[in-house]
Amino acid sequence: MPDAPLLEISRLDAFYGDFQALFSVSLDIAPGEIFAIVGANGAGKSTLLKSIAGQMPAPTESILFDGEKIGGRPAFSIVRQGVALVPEGRRLFPSLSVEENLLIGAQGGRKGEWNLRRVQELFPVLAERARQPSASLSGGQQQMVAIARALMSNPKLLLCDEISLGLSPLVVRDIYAVLPAIAAGGVAIAIVEQDVARALAASRRVVCLREGRVVLAGLSHDVTRAEVAAAYFGV
Amino acid sequence: MEWANSILQGVLVGGLYALFAAGLSLIFGVMRLVNIAHGDLIVLAAYLALVATQTLGVGPMTSLLLIAPLMAAIGYALQRFLLNQTLGGDLLPPLLVTFGLSVIIQNGLLEIFTANSRKLQAGDIEVATWAISDKLSIGALPALQFAVAVAVIGGLQWLFYRTAMGRAFRATSDDPQTAQLVGLDNRHVFALAMALSLAIVAIAGVFLAVRANFDPAIGPARLIFGFEAVIIGGLGNLWGTLAGGVILGVAQAIGAKIDPGWQLLAGHIAFLAVLAVRPEGFFPRVKH
Ligand SMILES: Nc1ncnc2c1ncn2[C@@H]1O[C@H](COP(=O)(O)OP(=O)(O)OP(=O)(O)O)[C@@H](O)[C@H]1O
Ligand SMILES: [Mg+2]
Repeated sequence: MPDAPLLEISRLDAFYGDFQALFSVSLDIAPGEIFAIVGANGAGKSTLLKSIAGQMPAPTESILFDGEKIGGRPAFSIVRQGVALVPEGRRLFPSLSVEENLLIGAQGGRKGEWNLRRVQELFPVLAERARQPSASLSGGQQQMVAIARALMSNPKLLLCDEISLGLSPLVVRDIYAVLPAIAAGGVAIAIVEQDVARALAASRRVVCLREGRVVLAGLSHDVTRAEVAAAYFGV
Repeated sequence: MEWANSILQGVLVGGLYALFAAGLSLIFGVMRLVNIAHGDLIVLAAYLALVATQTLGVGPMTSLLLIAPLMAAIGYALQRFLLNQTLGGDLLPPLLVTFGLSVIIQNGLLEIFTANSRKLQAGDIEVATWAISDKLSIGALPALQFAVAVAVIGGLQWLFYRTAMGRAFRATSDDPQTAQLVGLDNRHVFALAMALSLAIVAIAGVFLAVRANFDPAIGPARLIFGFEAVIIGGLGNLWGTLAGGVILGVAQAIGAKIDPGWQLLAGHIAFLAVLAVRPEGFFPRVKH
């Protein structure tokens, strides 16, 4: 009997006005698990993460986190519950310094093992650049700030939306290298990734979305490239 | 020397204008809200101080211990239960609602206090002066007013750049959606900003009421002075707002020196001139 799921999504729909972006999506994530969500552009990956994090309206009972129905709650209350989103495009606060961007991550007030010192140990460059404006950092360093800011909230579930986007392979490798260390502390991580090979290598389980629907779900080391390709493009 | 004196008095009045402007600039900076009722809230604070001094028998400055928290509470409730509902999309709804509020405050004050002009009595400090030379002197009250303005602006600067609350203000101003992601409740942050703005309004109101006569109709003109100081100084720059107030005060003083009827006109002309030459103001927001 595996652990009771940390996150349980059942038959989640999501809409942008009249446009339906998610169709009855169901999945679950276990505590401490690294879970990958793949899919082509526009498949609904970001919409799914935004629904979990409270940035999209959602029916209350469609999202169960840590035993509580959190669907449709405001984002500030969900992060206090223990779900942190590293948003697509990083979304750092430009008028805050690097250190302030990290400190504000702790605004929700959750206690836990992550604090300024710990995230600076994880990404030492953030200590060196503490006083600089966040916009002066390289893309990779900015991504580190975004991840560290999310960790500062001491989440039980970390949602990462395309953390490799626009970064050089070396930097991507460095960033992915810290994920197991984060998960080892008991934090579940959901990664949305365009690079399917990287997503499969980093995760225990995977789902593939196409046009707002789950079209493939399985253990990452079990699914074959052909299966993923078929699910991805719908051929 | 007479000119030097006029300019000096203009500088000191500029402190009052900076006080009018600081609260306005603060809420525009945090939530892009233009508060048309700002001037009327200043007048409301003056009347509240009047009531407090009369019923409690305290001086105007002491009354601030009560009026500033009271105005802050009004500000919090006003933002939380009324103005937050108008934010998020267009700039127009908050404008209309605060305009309505302006009318309501003016009429309410008129109803309760009549149109008679009033003044707060501060006692000896009103007539105390320091003579620098026989033509140049500084009144204790204008000097205090200027010192308070500098302290308020300095305090705001500290709060914005050195405290967790200031960090929350700047983050929410940068990106309200992402601010929610880190656990900030925008409705609360905005309400805190309005509370702070109206605490400053209370200080401005008391100085306004000690300096000269006031009646329920003078709010809109204070709003204009505040606006002009903000724009001259440059939006989103606190020390710039102080400079803007001083420039406006000096322009008015020079105008009045040429012809007493030109006082206000000179201020408006200075404002328009700055707008024409430097639309972003003298000290635009510091970019990072
Ligand atoms: N704000 C929005 N308003 C309207 N439609 C939107 C909005 N955001 C996304 N969509 C649409 O919803 C669908 C899913 O978008 P989503 O951003 O979730 O995809 P994604 O899988 O994250 O894609 P990408 O890999 O490009 O980030 C797309 O068809 C997109 O055009
Ligand atoms: Mg996306």
